[in-house]
Amino acid sequence: MTLQALVFVAAAIFGIGVYGALSQQSFVMIMMGLELMLNGTILAGGAMWALTTGGSPKGQMLVVVLMTVMAVEAAMGFALVIGIYRVRKADITEKIKRLKG
Amino acid sequence: MILNITFWAFSALAVFSGWRVFRADSMVRAAYWLLVSFAAVGIILVLLKAEFLGLILILMMGGEMTIMAVFMVAFMMNPAGLNPMTMVHRHRIAIVAGVVSFLAIAALGLFARFPVARAPVGVDPTRRLGVELLGDSMLVFQSAGVTLLAAMIAAIAISSARGRYGDADEGSVEPTQLVPAADAGETAEGTQPIVGGRQ
Repeated sequence: MTLQALVFVAAAIFGIGVYGALSQQSFVMIMMGLELMLNGTILAGGAMWALTTGGSPKGQMLVVVLMTVMAVEAAMGFALVIGIYRVRKADITEKIKRLKG
Repeated sequence: MILNITFWAFSALAVFSGWRVFRADSMVRAAYWLLVSFAAVGIILVLLKAEFLGLILILMMGGEMTIMAVFMVAFMMNPAGLNPMTMVHRHRIAIVAGVVSFLAIAALGLFARFPVARAPVGVDPTRRLGVELLGDSMLVFQSAGVTLLAAMIAAIAISSARGRYGDADEGSVEPTQLVPAADAGETAEGTQPIVGGRQ
């Protein structure tokens, strides 16, 4: 369980997340891509804490902040999905190609 | 040895389920694949002796992905996955971007030199994190809490069906500040005075 292996796995998860966030049309699936990217980031942060900081709790604090980011992203994402659906009846990105509906 | 095997097993599970998220026909199943990916990463964090973070990740994501599955059923076509489904755009560019970001980060992990300093044995990381949370990093912890509160209020404000001055899809301009259509000389949408919501 070396740092290289952990960063490798985190990079794979992050890469899949990038693919998902860019390729999906549905808003909720785009959010899943973003969450997967944050998942990889959390793994990398935990690995860095465990293997390079000498167990300093400040490394774990960074992961706590990342989890906050994830919760805020999910809350705002869901709110925006509902808001856009109310106003524009849109659930995929192609339906909001124009700013003025 | 056993630690390594467990680590690689859960790593493979995390990556595989992450890939399945975008290959599942049903969006509900995609949500639960994402939960599997998060749980595998949580278990890897536990293997790294970050028990608190790993378990709180699993706990948080269990709740969040269940809410996400409800969203899928409420909003999306084909929630049951009875038909094959691919909803993608710019597929090739997305694949290239994903592969490039994977290679870049993996190269960083393989070739960059990081300091090697493992956590000392015999010190409880969870206890140290608790002391840190309510000690030196209290401000960070409190800021995270206030940020979450602000996100909750903002989410309710964005998604509520009725705004302060009428229905959510009618705009948010105060009725008394709108110019009546006759005076303005044009009948553009949105300049009608709105009294008591939808007319």
